[in-house]
Amino acid sequence: MVTPVEAARARGRRRVSPPLYLGIAILAVIVGLAVFAPLVTPYNPITLHPAQALLPPSAHHLLGTDELGRDVWTRLLYGARIDLEVGFLAVLFPFVLGTAIGLIAGYFGGWIDAIVMRAVDVVLAFPFFVLVIALVFILGPGTKSIYIAMTATDWVSYTWIIRGEVLGAKRHEYILAARTLGYPRLRIMSRHLMPNVITQAIVYSMSDIVFTILTIVTLGYLGLGIPPPTAEWGSMIADGQQFITTHWQLVAFPGIAVVITGIGLSLLGDGLADLLRVD
Amino acid sequence: MGRGIYIIRRLLLVIPTAIGVTLVTFIMIHLIPGNPAVTMLGIRATPHNVALLDHQWGLDKPLWQQYWLFLIRVVRGNFGESLFYSAPATGIILSASAVTVWLIVYASVISVAIAVPLAVVAALRRDRFADHVVRAIPLVGMGMPSAWVAIMLILGLGIKLHVFPVGGLDPGIFGHISSLFLPSLTLALGIAPVLIRSLRSSLIDAIDAEYVTTARSKGIREYRVLVRHAIRNAIVSSMNILGLQIAWLISGTLVVETIFALPGVGALMVNSIYRRDFPVVQGITFLLAIAVILVNLATDIVHSFLDPRVRFE
Amino acid sequence: MAGELLSVRDLRVELASRNGTVHPVEGVSFDLDPGQTLGIVGESGCGKSMTLRAILGLLPRGGAITGGQVVFRGQDLLTLGRGQLRDVRGRSIGIIFQEPMSSLNPVMTVGDQIAEGPVAHLGLPRSAARERAVDLMRQVGIPDPGRRYRSYPHELSGGMRQRVMIAIALSCEPQLILCDEPTTALDVTIQDQILKLLLQLQESTGIGLILVTHDLAVVAQVCQQVAVMYAAQLVETGPVASVFAEPCHPYTLGLLRAVPDFDKVKAVLESIPGIPPSLIAPPDGCRFRQRCSFAEQDCAAGAFPLLPLAPDRASACVHWQSCRDAVRADPVIGQAS
Repeated sequence: MVTPVEAARARGRRRVSPPLYLGIAILAVIVGLAVFAPLVTPYNPITLHPAQALLPPSAHHLLGTDELGRDVWTRLLYGARIDLEVGFLAVLFPFVLGTAIGLIAGYFGGWIDAIVMRAVDVVLAFPFFVLVIALVFILGPGTKSIYIAMTATDWVSYTWIIRGEVLGAKRHEYILAARTLGYPRLRIMSRHLMPNVITQAIVYSMSDIVFTILTIVTLGYLGLGIPPPTAEWGSMIADGQQFITTHWQLVAFPGIAVVITGIGLSLLGDGLADLLRVD
Repeated sequence: MGRGIYIIRRLLLVIPTAIGVTLVTFIMIHLIPGNPAVTMLGIRATPHNVALLDHQWGLDKPLWQQYWLFLIRVVRGNFGESLFYSAPATGIILSASAVTVWLIVYASVISVAIAVPLAVVAALRRDRFADHVVRAIPLVGMGMPSAWVAIMLILGLGIKLHVFPVGGLDPGIFGHISSLFLPSLTLALGIAPVLIRSLRSSLIDAIDAEYVTTARSKGIREYRVLVRHAIRNAIVSSMNILGLQIAWLISGTLVVETIFALPGVGALMVNSIYRRDFPVVQGITFLLAIAVILVNLATDIVHSFLDPRVRFE
Repeated sequence: MAGELLSVRDLRVELASRNGTVHPVEGVSFDLDPGQTLGIVGESGCGKSMTLRAILGLLPRGGAITGGQVVFRGQDLLTLGRGQLRDVRGRSIGIIFQEPMSSLNPVMTVGDQIAEGPVAHLGLPRSAARERAVDLMRQVGIPDPGRRYRSYPHELSGGMRQRVMIAIALSCEPQLILCDEPTTALDVTIQDQILKLLLQLQESTGIGLILVTHDLAVVAQVCQQVAVMYAAQLVETGPVASVFAEPCHPYTLGLLRAVPDFDKVKAVLESIPGIPPSLIAPPDGCRFRQRCSFAEQDCAAGAFPLLPLAPDRASACVHWQSCRDAVRADPVIGQAS
């Protein structure tokens, strides 16, 4: 038995946790560096300087240069731009599509729900990366293919989460009240149901961005992602691989950049979960 | 009795999913921009070759007929001729599958061997130092690209320390065990964070459960309380997670087999993409989805033996 | 001399929680003789379950016993090492919990769960322990015990599951069984069967029984002695018949007036106004005073320990005489139960 007072007290206990601050801080630094890359570094990420190839880290080149004489630190910053942007957008599309489908399936139930859930089962049957890479292969390289492939495979996560939340929320009184009052279905869904079921999806989307960046990096590594010469963490790892015995930093730093981004997003996700948790 | 009915119901659920998988794989060819045959053949796209491929893939027929023909071929295990090898795609895929199965089983074993002790230590020392360390692992581990992990392992354990072979497949059981160690470890490190996380939380649930207090109240040894009551329940409840991770492991084989130059299905998929060998890509996509369905089915059935409650849902 | 089987003295328990340290048990003392039944009653959250669990050292995570003695047959259980305590648990003292579904391991057959204790304590081989478990199941009234041995908890009804819990508690012929709300989660008709079973087992084996409950009717039916607990402290103790006929603490009186079965004389059921105080920072003075109609100035400060009123009665109320007089003017029970 939870009285309204206790519920209010429980809400008052929700606090902004250290992970949330730390996550925001890490991401702020990464995003800041990416956005202001031209101010942070004097070099161009693409221009070739064969004379300065494979230099060790120094005051001029913080992390050294790659085999084509490009500054690694600069390429990392510009790589953050593309990986973060594509990572974010490649989650946004499935988020929107999956949420809409999940709302409809959960709210209407019946045969609509049955069909949607079978479709979810089918997509889940394919190993995620196998389906993504097959779609990117079929559609041709480039960011557009990545968005389409990610949307086609990743919507199921959001549909799954949202549908479950809607089924739970549908039994709550505020929805029943809105239904009894004869509100239009679209309005009930958008004004009453949505805000209450969306939090789980938002929390999940943080770790989903991590997975998506990993996917983009892996596509880039396999040479099926964003085409060269654009600076991208995955292709940087691939390019550095042949110099691994002599210039390990070429591979190490792009990977560390991915890991740090992942830590920031995971902390943000955990912090949001704490903040938005309904006791 | 209850279990039999449960298994039959679970088997029937496979059918619509499998049909859906055939649909998706079938549609793949029609997503290819332009004329699929022209696109796939690239420089080899002479009118003769294109017409041959069009006919072979049934592209000159109405869509529903094409699907029907595709279904018939799939049921016969026929995915067409590989454009690169000029041999049946199915045979090429199956001959590559042994290495991949090895990798996945090996990686599952390693990941469980990593995750179970860490999760147990974290759950038993909850909120202490060891727990904080273990909880930080998923934070770092979930964001590691497997290609990067693989290269770092090659650098550290292969090149610098010379502990393990860094590529290729050595013959024999021991050759397999040593040459597949680094690739399997790479895969295992990819799923270990998820396993640690879920195992730790289900262990904590189990340790706090009243039945563990009951077990303690009987005056049996703490070790027995933990193993027979807490850990057993925790493993039963996080078994499905391991099953779901198999699909992730399969995804991981694409990169890992490519980096370690292993002749498995994953590397075959990547190479076939480079070679624009559509029938092989299509066949692998289909067969891997079926593999995932079967693994999930197997997990559920094993689960129904370990957790008596499942059968009575 | 009282307390030959169990004598709890000044027991104190602390429990770490999100909002601060809770003190669910503060200076609780009571005694139990062999073959006797003691009921500990009080509202939920008053610390009665914690008291019971503390006896066997089975506190939840974050809980710790911070003071007192639990003397069982001349030995203070709180001074025992882990191994020695294990020898007492299950062997000399059994315990039964409220919710038999969650107190039984869902993935282990009930028979194996019963046999576990005898294997550990009596050194029985598996086959003998199995036979013993089947015997125990028959003893607690589980039909077809040979077949039921291999059942899982979810396959049994609530009443059957609680019988399994009782069989577990009985499995090594203990001298004392602790029951934590053993019938609360069960249907009314099943409650009655379980209570009868407990009584009948006690008569046939002569074990001591401590029954924690919020249900005064259960106490009246089963117990000889009663201890009333309020906000982590005992407020009144004595023989059930005497305490229920003539309560000497306003809280006991309030509880009795709130029980419909007892209230044959009065037409209107009374509930106790207000809520119990927080156990994180309890107020000074008598903890019941804010809900008490007998409260006066002197209730606001100081400690209120149990004081003996008669050889076998004690109350923590300094105005117990006003309370008793009020009962005499307006009896709780028409005739002694």
